[in-house]
Amino acid sequence: MNRFLIPFGLFIVVVGFLAVGLTLNPRELPSPLVGKAAPEFSLPQLHDSGKVISSNELKGKVWLLNFWASWCGGCKDEHPVLIHLAQSGEVPIYGMDYKDQRSEALAWLKEWGNPYQIVAVDEPGRVGINYGVYGVPETYVIDKQGVIRYKQIGPLREDILEKKIMPLVRELQNQ
Amino acid sequence: MRWLWVLMLLLPSLATAYEAQPLAANPQAEARLKALAVELRCLVCQNQTLADSNAPLAEDLRREVREMIAKDMSDKEIIDFLVTRYGDFVLYRPPWKLTTTLLWLGPFLLLGAGATGLVFALRRRQKKLTDVTLSEAEHGRVAKLLSEGVHRP
Repeated sequence: MNRFLIPFGLFIVVVGFLAVGLTLNPRELPSPLVGKAAPEFSLPQLHDSGKVISSNELKGKVWLLNFWASWCGGCKDEHPVLIHLAQSGEVPIYGMDYKDQRSEALAWLKEWGNPYQIVAVDEPGRVGINYGVYGVPETYVIDKQGVIRYKQIGPLREDILEKKIMPLVRELQNQ
Repeated sequence: MRWLWVLMLLLPSLATAYEAQPLAANPQAEARLKALAVELRCLVCQNQTLADSNAPLAEDLRREVREMIAKDMSDKEIIDFLVTRYGDFVLYRPPWKLTTTLLWLGPFLLLGAGATGLVFALRRRQKKLTDVTLSEAEHGRVAKLLSEGVHRP
């Protein structure tokens, strides 16, 4: 009996590890930037390339920074969520058009709606690197002092918004 | 007729293959980039190094590293730049930390456990073999079997 119990026990342990491993998402890496000052940027705006949007202008309020691109499939998935959030007016969303072409980005927003206050253009992807972006869409919650408080990797969903992001935003707004 | 053949043989020489894009004008800088890139992970295709990957992000990161090399930053400064942005995961060889202890020691622990198990199993088997004692009658039967062979009914 013992002879079978030991291999069986080992088997169960291995299956347990594999079962846990399968539920983990290897794409979700903890960001070392959470709790640190959001990297500064000063970039041309999408809708008016003559104007510049700088992260310094956004100090003093809680805001979301959403990295997206017209070529990105996940961005379309999360787009209705962003539109819905923008309509609620609870928190301003700023867009970062990441490694994209201006004309396509503009056409994309025209077709699907624009949830952003202002969209900055990060054509070479340098600001993305400073923020540790490795796959759009990514969304950052930035507080009044300009500190990153949360990073969402991959598309936003209503449940993530309700359970994680909005409670955090409200708490930060009340500080 | 012969000149036509010669011409045809020479024809392929017109097809110039382009050399892979020179990665930088300075070969020394390029060697450093290569050495660094094999130590860094591409975050998009996670089982590839920055050197192997063709993902746009990997290209951008190589460009970034190249610029830092041009700025004469040390290897440590360059790696720190990436780790502050992407975390330890960007390193192909994870650093020795409290959280990575199991990762580094795990294989040796498993090896140790396997070796201990093997030693125990062998000892138990040896004990089983020596523990067997034969009675006088059995000795006689062994001798008989060895000398006569088995008579099958």
